[in-house]
Amino acid sequence: MNDIPTLPGTLLTLNGREVRVTAPGITRLADVLRDELGLTGTKIGCNAGDCGACTVLVDNRQVCACLTPVGQVAGREVTTVEGLAEQPVFAKLQAAFHRHLATQCGICTPGMLMAAADLLARDSTPDQSSVEDALGGVLCRCTGYQNIVAAVMDASRDVEAPAAPEAGQALGARALKVDGPERLNGRARFGADGIPPDASWLRVIRSPHARARFRIGDLEPLRRAHPGLELVLTAADVPKNGYGIYPDIKDQPVLAQSVVRFRGEAVLALVGPRAVVERIAEDDIPVRYELESPVIGTEAAMQAGASLVQSDKPGNFLVQGRVSTGDVAAALADCTAVAHGTFDTAFVEHAYIEPEAGYARRVDDRIEIFATTQTPYMDRDEVASILRIDPTQVRIVPTACGGGFGGKLDLSVQPLIALAAWKTGRTVACVYSRPESMMASTKRHPAHIEARFGADAKGKLQAAVVDAIFNTGAYASWGPTVANRVPVHAMGPYYVPNVATLGRAYLTNEPVAGAFRGFGVPQAAIAHETMMDDLAERLGMDRLVIRRRNALRVGNVTATGQKLEASCGLVACIDALAKKWKAALDAATEFNATATRTRRGVGIGCMWYGIGNTALSNPSAMRVGLGRDGVVTFYNGCADIGQGTTTTMLQVVADAVGLPMSAFRYVMGDTDLTLDAGKSSASRQAFVSGKASELAGRDLRANILALVGATEPAKLSLEGWRLRVTDEQGDHVVDLTTLDPNSHGDVVEGTGRFDPPTTPLDENGQGTPYATYAFAAQMAEVEVDLELGTTKVLRVIAAHDVGRALNPQQVEGQIHGGIAQGLGLALMEEYLAGKTENLHDYLIPTVGDMPEIETILIEDREPLGPGGAKGVGEPALIPTPPAILGAIRHATGVRITAVPVLPHRLRAAIAAKPTKV
Amino acid sequence: MAGFDNEKRTGPMGLYLRPTELSSAIAELAARPRTIVAGGTDFYPARVGRTIDVDILDITAIAALRGIRDEGDHFRIGATTSWSEILTAPLPPCFDALKLAAREVGGQQIQNAGTICGNLCNASPAADGVPPLLALGAAVEVQGTAGPRTMPLDAFILGPRRVRRAVDELVTAVLVPKPAARNAGHFLKLGARRYLVISIVMAAACLEADAAGVVTRARVAIGACSPVAQRLEALEEALLGKDIGGGLGSVVTPDHFVHLTPIDDVRATRAYRLEAAATVVSRLLDEVAGRL
Repeated sequence: MNDIPTLPGTLLTLNGREVRVTAPGITRLADVLRDELGLTGTKIGCNAGDCGACTVLVDNRQVCACLTPVGQVAGREVTTVEGLAEQPVFAKLQAAFHRHLATQCGICTPGMLMAAADLLARDSTPDQSSVEDALGGVLCRCTGYQNIVAAVMDASRDVEAPAAPEAGQALGARALKVDGPERLNGRARFGADGIPPDASWLRVIRSPHARARFRIGDLEPLRRAHPGLELVLTAADVPKNGYGIYPDIKDQPVLAQSVVRFRGEAVLALVGPRAVVERIAEDDIPVRYELESPVIGTEAAMQAGASLVQSDKPGNFLVQGRVSTGDVAAALADCTAVAHGTFDTAFVEHAYIEPEAGYARRVDDRIEIFATTQTPYMDRDEVASILRIDPTQVRIVPTACGGGFGGKLDLSVQPLIALAAWKTGRTVACVYSRPESMMASTKRHPAHIEARFGADAKGKLQAAVVDAIFNTGAYASWGPTVANRVPVHAMGPYYVPNVATLGRAYLTNEPVAGAFRGFGVPQAAIAHETMMDDLAERLGMDRLVIRRRNALRVGNVTATGQKLEASCGLVACIDALAKKWKAALDAATEFNATATRTRRGVGIGCMWYGIGNTALSNPSAMRVGLGRDGVVTFYNGCADIGQGTTTTMLQVVADAVGLPMSAFRYVMGDTDLTLDAGKSSASRQAFVSGKASELAGRDLRANILALVGATEPAKLSLEGWRLRVTDEQGDHVVDLTTLDPNSHGDVVEGTGRFDPPTTPLDENGQGTPYATYAFAAQMAEVEVDLELGTTKVLRVIAAHDVGRALNPQQVEGQIHGGIAQGLGLALMEEYLAGKTENLHDYLIPTVGDMPEIETILIEDREPLGPGGAKGVGEPALIPTPPAILGAIRHATGVRITAVPVLPHRLRAAIAAKPTKV
Repeated sequence: MAGFDNEKRTGPMGLYLRPTELSSAIAELAARPRTIVAGGTDFYPARVGRTIDVDILDITAIAALRGIRDEGDHFRIGATTSWSEILTAPLPPCFDALKLAAREVGGQQIQNAGTICGNLCNASPAADGVPPLLALGAAVEVQGTAGPRTMPLDAFILGPRRVRRAVDELVTAVLVPKPAARNAGHFLKLGARRYLVISIVMAAACLEADAAGVVTRARVAIGACSPVAQRLEALEEALLGKDIGGGLGSVVTPDHFVHLTPIDDVRATRAYRLEAAATVVSRLLDEVAGRL
């Protein structure tokens, strides 16, 4: 026996310095780093080794800090993202990440950096496959990995960062992400990162059942057994126990009242010191459920006599939208070729790597919420409604957001932490676990879509009929948005004279389906693009040619009766693919001539996407102010969820003011400081908030010129606290410190507001639902293993008409990420309540699943947009699934009608229909 | 009890022991039951969002349990040897089956921490380490106060999450017999994505041949198609005496898989697993024949 007695605790070397930590040895290293040492650069995405966000180095090798007992790092060297910059080789890695835009939301970035650091310490110039092996254990949901791999491969090079754009040159420049550095050194504060140490903890107790009546028994024994417990919240404690996206549909309770309608619904909340609330066993909580048979799937929900999910929704019917023009029956009767099909899609999980998190504190008669979100002002108004207080009594301060994709538009932790803080006067925090995040948050709507398209002998579309049924789960959330948006888009980006499209949403006892990148349009695109492939096949036409022939062009009238006046770049997108399409078809033919087990195929998908809300006002307002210190503050109300609006809006405003970006500081989304820019959804920020930013910048410039009595053309410059305006009369110089500041501390201010011109749709869906549309065409090349049914996507070429790229690097990043999510939707993602509530049973693409991606930006300028910009966030994803499905069909002869195309499904389809190749 | 690193009881957590000597660990287990932790890669994922209140025996500081040793007629792989250590160890070609599996256990983070015997003790039907170790003819060494005992791997794993280890025993090593001079191994894993994926089907094979290229020993095992990974004994028999020249995949017939009992789950159907099993094993054998 030579075991040596030691002092309590664990002595380790952390980022080069010895530290002793006192947590018990079995405590997860990730918790010790974050909670005991305050190093919150190490992120927790799953606590199960599935996402790699917590990757750190132990003795220079990457491990998951969430799976490492702190006792095991005794005497060892631990390196976290906070320590990277101290080592020159890793500082270069961070610089490469910045240069390549390898970080979007930034939540996976520390894990990616650490995994890369492990590799680079052993191999400074790794090849792509070593990089993929090294990063294979870290999931990213934003970037599509392409820029991350490029950055790691480029990390050994000493490259000067590109110069910042000069004044007036920012819009359209590849300006580096202004909030990038804090994502690369661990300082960015996400929802779970800034929680004060003395905060009380709130734990939500959720229903394990999809449908049940329940009763909460006597809580006194629970309180007695856990004297530290400060508060137990139930439905009775919620002043207005209903919320929802639409002003007239507040159907979702904050805490369920005697009935639960989906697995994961919040039933009760425990508040107290973290150790106290976490220790309480679920069995000790007196909730008694009486199970009822759940309504699963829309087919069951629509059946006559189906039990009701919400008692006041007969037939479980929530809402429908439609577009009707011409006479589809007559047109179809005259068509040379008619295609028909039905298509089914699954629940899809957003799988942002940052689970929902935040804290709230009461300040006198106001409540302040610091949480991850993509919609500060909607959060503000909804929390106020729930607490029955005035919206001005609520302040939302968005933290850095570790991915949203639509899932952080709905409330998560906000109402409960606000209520608990309001009642107790204490600071109250809540951090969802990964399973809780997956159970409680919204999903992409499963769709059942029937489509019938007809074309004449030349391949010109004559009619499109679509009936899209959406499963909106237990509560409305964004169901009405999906049901209204889809009918406008369901005929695809084509001129069709006769159209009858219908979108319907039904309630079920399944996860709440909400907003997810594309609001139902990705599901509809699978249907309309398969119709196009069907028609091409019937008519013996090339699939690209038939799309080009029907593509919407300037001057066309859409099915809603809207004449497209400008910025219709679909033909340009298709033309940009044409040569590559032909080459890819030839390459596939050549490959298949000698292939044995595998076949290659090429597919194409096109899309259009209305920017902003459907036929509803959706204004954005921005403010920018010149401070006495000679720095301009941009009060940017856009929640930056990784898509980069902190940078792109600044590019717009800087040019409008006429100063370089470096003259600015920024505020992101604090409702006390910024105006309401609306939500980060519907691909609207570049177009709507971009325009508001441009107007605000121009307003500030005009006010500055007026202040000094200058006239255009003029040149502005700031020299410390002195403002110099040079016009034809000469120099006007102002000492800013002599001016009176306003309530924000600014001496000159500019504001801008933009609401895209739309009109409501009538009962036939006629009107102007959107002010502008984005267009895209993508082609995919795949290789299918015929015997195993596995699909490898080899390459995607994406041509997008974005109007104008405010920042081409950011636009490319959006496209890469959209393709990754589209690939996941097509091939692997299917959320099944109770079965895939983690990131190892629910699969999203890893670095090794990504194709080579080529992006082509078409800039058919939109006259209303800032510098001509439209949007790209959702459009990036929409064409990818149909392009992949078309490629699989080309490779195998199997016409896919359900996603995801898991290997067993494709294999069964191949076996059922022998391939022609 | 003196002599242990870091033992204390704080808040809701249980006792944590991390001895450096095997004898201490065994004595402690004999005194009372404890949950044994090595790489932690299965322990923590089973406890997401839950307070850890069990008493822990962390065996990773016991030097005697780590590393790979040549012991004459067999190799001894210590219980806490990590997948990364296996990957870089100089071993005969048939261990390629195990090394390829090592590359598929989670990401590199998991491979750096996860241990070979942790994988066996966790006894998942889809444990990546089991088919290659079955194909290598491995035995498991278990030690309690009565001293060590060994048993074949297929006798050790009883079912999902069930192994033949008494609560006062510790798995100390995997013992792998040395192959004949001409040997080769391979492993194939089928999943719905490239990294971090639980197998739909996986298979491993280790073959030996004589100088003339005739198969003299064949072990083939398949995972994720039954509660415990299985050897394919009828196939192994059919492979004996076959010439490796023409590839061996064609030896495979559906009959070789009739004893498997795959399930329908979120990853695949039963029918698909059965068919894919034959496809994967056939490809596996062609590859091994090429390597022999």
